Amino acid sequence: MTTVHTLNPMADLATDVDDVARLLTPAGERVVDPDLQQWIEDVDTAAIQRLYRDMVLLRRIDAEGVALQRQGQVGLWPPCQGQEATQIGTARALRADDFAFPSYRETGVVYARGGKPSDYVLAWRGEGHSTYNPYKLHTATQQIIIGAQSLHAVGYAMGVQRDGGDQVAAAYFGDGATSQGDVNEAMVFASSFGAPVVFVCTNNQWAISEPVSVQARFPIAGRAPGFGIPSMRVDGNDVLACLAAMRWAVDHARKGRGPAFLEAVTYRMGPHTTSDDPTRYRDKEEVEIWRRRDPIDRVEALLRAEDAFDDGFVAEVAADADALAAEVRQAAMGAVTREPLSIFDDVYAEPHSGIDEQRVAYAAYLNGFAATQES
Amino acid sequence: MVQLTMAKAINEGLRRAMADDPKVLVMGEDIGKLGGVFRVTDRLQEEFGAKRVIDTPLAESGIVGTAVGLALRGFRPVVEIQFDGFVYPAFDQIVCQVAKLHYRTRGNVRMPLTIRIPWAGGVGAAEHHSESPEAYFVHTSGLRVVAVSNPQDAYVMLRQAIASDDPVVYFEPKRLYHTKAEVHLDVDPADAPPMGLARVAREGTDVTVLTYGAQVATALDAALAAEEDGISLEVIDLRSLSPVDYRTVGASVRKTGRVVVTHEAAREAGVGAELVASVTERCFHYLETPPVRVTGHDIPYPPAKLEKHHVPDLDRVLDAVDRVLDRPNSLTGVEQ
Repeated sequence: MTTVHTLNPMADLATDVDDVARLLTPAGERVVDPDLQQWIEDVDTAAIQRLYRDMVLLRRIDAEGVALQRQGQVGLWPPCQGQEATQIGTARALRADDFAFPSYRETGVVYARGGKPSDYVLAWRGEGHSTYNPYKLHTATQQIIIGAQSLHAVGYAMGVQRDGGDQVAAAYFGDGATSQGDVNEAMVFASSFGAPVVFVCTNNQWAISEPVSVQARFPIAGRAPGFGIPSMRVDGNDVLACLAAMRWAVDHARKGRGPAFLEAVTYRMGPHTTSDDPTRYRDKEEVEIWRRRDPIDRVEALLRAEDAFDDGFVAEVAADADALAAEVRQAAMGAVTREPLSIFDDVYAEPHSGIDEQRVAYAAYLNGFAATQES
Repeated sequence: MVQLTMAKAINEGLRRAMADDPKVLVMGEDIGKLGGVFRVTDRLQEEFGAKRVIDTPLAESGIVGTAVGLALRGFRPVVEIQFDGFVYPAFDQIVCQVAKLHYRTRGNVRMPLTIRIPWAGGVGAAEHHSESPEAYFVHTSGLRVVAVSNPQDAYVMLRQAIASDDPVVYFEPKRLYHTKAEVHLDVDPADAPPMGLARVAREGTDVTVLTYGAQVATALDAALAAEEDGISLEVIDLRSLSPVDYRTVGASVRKTGRVVVTHEAAREAGVGAELVASVTERCFHYLETPPVRVTGHDIPYPPAKLEKHHVPDLDRVLDAVDRVLDRPNSLTGVEQ
């Protein structure tokens, strides 16, 4: 399947959000999509319950992050509420040894890749720029520079080609990033070299205060074919569609057919970060419309219809979420800040006389205070 | 030992590094069949194939950004930026990603990336083809910055840069590409003086001239001319701009007590400013007179027909020598 989901060139990007491939309606009803269907035939009720649990746990991590920021325990938090289906659905389609390149908002990708509670909060607390070893999670450090990681993903995929491996790289970025040169350069490189990379554009409608219409006058998925990259525009609040579409894209890349591109149409329910005030630039009505399209409620409705949402299951997921939230909180509250001279560590892999001198000088300076206190 | 131009010496350095380590890749614009616009990568694609000698799209951020991903995957990419002035589109990837990934990941990710930049002026080139951007990279922690001045160093320091687990910005003076000299190709890069060490290019006793790249030749010419006036210049080829080898620099300054710094990059906040400040902090009581800088002017690189007024020449270096020696000079009688 080398698909481009039918795009209406006259679509209003902000409102015509139903021009997407979908397997689960906003009301929670299963629908058939001829392209996507084949990719989730093995997804049974138990698998859907696992996706539901993932999304609930992610939402709880996110809520805990916001709360910790409000309480002064972390400096900043980029909420991902509303984007759970996109993050969980796509990340769960990756193999453990594939390599993900998430942006700062992809908390759910880090979670799905096996991130620990401390991995969600310590960087935002300011204890380190990142908290996990990229090689252990097969996941790059969450990127803050917009779109820069898309090139890293392509380079990694070019490396896979040269090693003769069959891993896939996944580049995650938002709709704002598609305006960046790096994302466009990444698509040129990926296409020209046939690199096994999947681009996942989370179109959450807003780049801080700029609506997607400032970034695009045509649906973003429509750009990829111009680079020779097949693409699909999926409902980003439909976890089944995200899973299926990503499985298609990953399979396409893994089989040596080159890159693929997904645009997941979703919505950032909260602010850009805890420093942002979205009430200054968007209407309550818009937020309410999207609240009715909630990705978790949608799966709940499906599970209820399938009689798989009993009290036992609900209690189990709630208990798991409570436990994870407590671990996240504990990771933040129990954080131990590294000793001062560690700021000089890892600037270089090999000795560098300039840094080494500054470390010695600053150590002497700090020791001077210690000597004063002793006397 | 063979006679080689600097371009050939670098070519041989690339060839041997690729032969020794299958993880070494070369990538850039026009580097394959053409062999690079300066022919520095001549015949490498023929020998190692298009998967290791990669002709890239014309996108500098793309070249460096994909090299980051390749390094993350365990490769050792050597990137060619076609001309100095073309590195700016890749600036974000170099200073925010290449320089910082090791620090960001607390040492888990290494960036053994070599960024080769044909560099600086004096060849009558068009606009954007004669820039001296070294200060931007020296100012960025996490990068090593080196500048070569002769074929032997070009060969050895390139091998060392490729072998280093740190990212290295490697500046090649364009106007020396065709300068020939004897090169020992069989020297083991691991045994040669490390790329972080400065080299005393000429010993002297009266004035220390600190310089790098193509200006080393200018400083050596100035030293020959000064000798006729009975003035002895010590010329230090810094070789590495990050870190600077202040042990070698300091020993020279303590001996001579007088310092001239010369480079062709603009003066304001340039490498010369850093050198003068650091030498003053370290060796103030040994200085007989204030150090003097001889640099390009604080102007955009001028058109080719006027570049000789921008790039410091032998006479401007000698004028600065007169100033640190309190001899009659261009500023004598000028109110400062």
